[in-house]
Amino acid sequence: MKHLLATEGLDPALATAVLDTADELKHTLLGREVRKLPTLRGRTVITLFYENSTRTRVSFEIAGKWMSADVINVSASSSSVNKGESLRDTALTLAAAGADCVIVRHPASGAAHRLSGWLAEAGTAVVNAGDGTHEHPTQALLDAATLRERLGGIEGRRIAIVGDVLHSRVARSNIHLLASLGAEVVLVAPPTLLPPGVESLPVTVCHELDAELPAVDAVMLLRVQAERMVGGFFPSAREYSIAYGLNENRLKLMPEHAVVLHPGPMLRGMEISSAVADSPASAITEQVRNGVHVRMAVLYHLLAGEGEAA
Amino acid sequence: MTAVLIKGAKLYGEGDPVDVLIENGVLARIGTGIEAAEAAEDTEVIEAAGQVLLPGFVDLHTHLREPGREDAETIATGSAAAALGGYTAVFAMANTDPVADNAVIVDHVWRRGQEVGLVDVHPVGAVTVGLKGEKLAELGTMAKSRARVRVFSDDGLCVADPLLMRRALEYSTALDVVIAQHAEEPRLTVGAQAHEGEQSARLGYTGWPASAEESIVARDCLLAKHAGARLHVCHVSTSGTTDILRWAKDRGTKVSAEVTPHHLLLTDERLSTYDPINKVNPPLRTGGDAEKLRAALAEGVIDCVATDHAPHAVQDKDCEWSAARPGMLGLQTALSIVAETMVKTGLLDWRGVARVMSERPAEIGNLPDHGRPLAEGEPANLALVDPDAEWTVRGAELASIAGNTPYEGMRLPGVVTATVLRGRITSREGKIQ
Repeated sequence: MKHLLATEGLDPALATAVLDTADELKHTLLGREVRKLPTLRGRTVITLFYENSTRTRVSFEIAGKWMSADVINVSASSSSVNKGESLRDTALTLAAAGADCVIVRHPASGAAHRLSGWLAEAGTAVVNAGDGTHEHPTQALLDAATLRERLGGIEGRRIAIVGDVLHSRVARSNIHLLASLGAEVVLVAPPTLLPPGVESLPVTVCHELDAELPAVDAVMLLRVQAERMVGGFFPSAREYSIAYGLNENRLKLMPEHAVVLHPGPMLRGMEISSAVADSPASAITEQVRNGVHVRMAVLYHLLAGEGEAA
Repeated sequence: MTAVLIKGAKLYGEGDPVDVLIENGVLARIGTGIEAAEAAEDTEVIEAAGQVLLPGFVDLHTHLREPGREDAETIATGSAAAALGGYTAVFAMANTDPVADNAVIVDHVWRRGQEVGLVDVHPVGAVTVGLKGEKLAELGTMAKSRARVRVFSDDGLCVADPLLMRRALEYSTALDVVIAQHAEEPRLTVGAQAHEGEQSARLGYTGWPASAEESIVARDCLLAKHAGARLHVCHVSTSGTTDILRWAKDRGTKVSAEVTPHHLLLTDERLSTYDPINKVNPPLRTGGDAEKLRAALAEGVIDCVATDHAPHAVQDKDCEWSAARPGMLGLQTALSIVAETMVKTGLLDWRGVARVMSERPAEIGNLPDHGRPLAEGEPANLALVDPDAEWTVRGAELASIAGNTPYEGMRLPGVVTATVLRGRITSREGKIQ
């Protein structure tokens, strides 16, 4: 693996290998007093974030540190807009300074692709930590890791992705990864929160959450961003919550084994009720935990080359 | 003035080869066996066996960036690109900095074009002050200035307010000018980055729906009919717009329309590269749209080809998609794209090319000396094309200062071998003269 830019087009065998490595790392570190492996000693990993993020940046940072990489965090304002340094120049600077890997989050769809092109000569690996409304591949991988753990596998499982698909990079990454790993994906959202052209994606579409719940193995809730509520995408938070919020009554419609996922940060009482978020069906904290191992695995596959992970 | 003798070209690619003698800026003689000796001593002879002689092209839609962005293009370099592309007249859009919304700026652009002397540069005047869409610019003053502005447009932005558009159309009828609309309902394209459809869904681009163009075109056709005014629709990009144009023309609306070469050839399949070289407004649409645009151009529902030549500096393109400026170079590649999409496919013959690249745009832009028939006594504004030759596009080799061509490395048919403006050769064999 040279870069991780998207799950669309990602070889399912490679995705499975990353998930297997993540499992391996998780078990290796389990119960250890010192959670540190020497694998990436001497490698420099830079997180370059043009958007606010706590969980993703921290998760990558911990992943790098547990692998003994030197991790440097760069927070940048969206510079092309502010007429500051361009993304290209920033990237070239970081590569010239010795970055082996740049982990980038940027508000522009395709920014990570562009970066990988500019850094091709330098040989710096690029990880997409979220580009606009395009993809967020490590989130999809950690979701897959969590689903494998809870459901024993992904192939043949039916997974509902609920909420603001239109603006969600998490949704796009999950759609492609889950479909390539053999899951059935159903999108549940009001028509205004689905991208026109959605029929070309490997999914089915439904506007009725209750109709889908009895047949699902997992429900993946998407965050409803505050700005969408004033953007006229749906009439009110209340109406959204009534139609698409996952509450205890809806939880009862789901099979007993079914899991609830949420990429965070959650809006309790809006897309998910507190009771559901804290119920045994919820895998939300496991997602965060798995996120570190999955990102360790990604860095390993990008930077360590062949060999044993642990 | 030096005489020019073009030997052995076919007029409009039809009939037998003829010789054309150009003297004093007009087509003095057309016939066979005209020898240089018959003309003045310093006659320049162009051997044109196998080539097609057409009236010089007229581009209703270019951005020459002067004044304001001379790092991307100037009137001089844009004129050179035009001459090399077979153009003898171009219309320079008003969205310069400062905006061409007054007689001072349009006169400056006109005068610079004449000083350069490679192509007639006709300034387009802004419809509204500062392109702000709030208040009519002084259309009458610009129309009566030395530049004699005949086309007004806020291109780059839509005159979105229906009342203001109505007033502009009404007012224009007294001046015998045309309002050229950039049809884009701004409320439907907030943050839009790409054609709304399968590609935008997949790639996470905010969509630019076809209906944002079609709703404005439909509205403006109704307003133009009501006002009895002439409306020109810039860069038609959707199949739905061609249906609306056909309907409007059938009921007698004085509407004309242009299509760009890139909308005839390229589609949103190109977007997966995320390379903003493919970013343009209106956006590249689907293969189905391109097919309908070609058919509408052949049928005459779309009147003409206009380049929307839009040079951009490297830093405005070599960046992330959403930060990039929309637009692509077009003047030097237009003929070849038309040859590829319309002539090779049998949709247009060379007489048809003369219609869509010269005659109709000259009529729409109200230029009496361009787009004229190839006949004795007519002004010698000509483009000579080798239909069988091919060339490879290299952005760095184009005459524009900017190099943002989406056709980089493509091999295209049709080479403009010479351009003649009022009897003077402005370009020959790819070199400015």
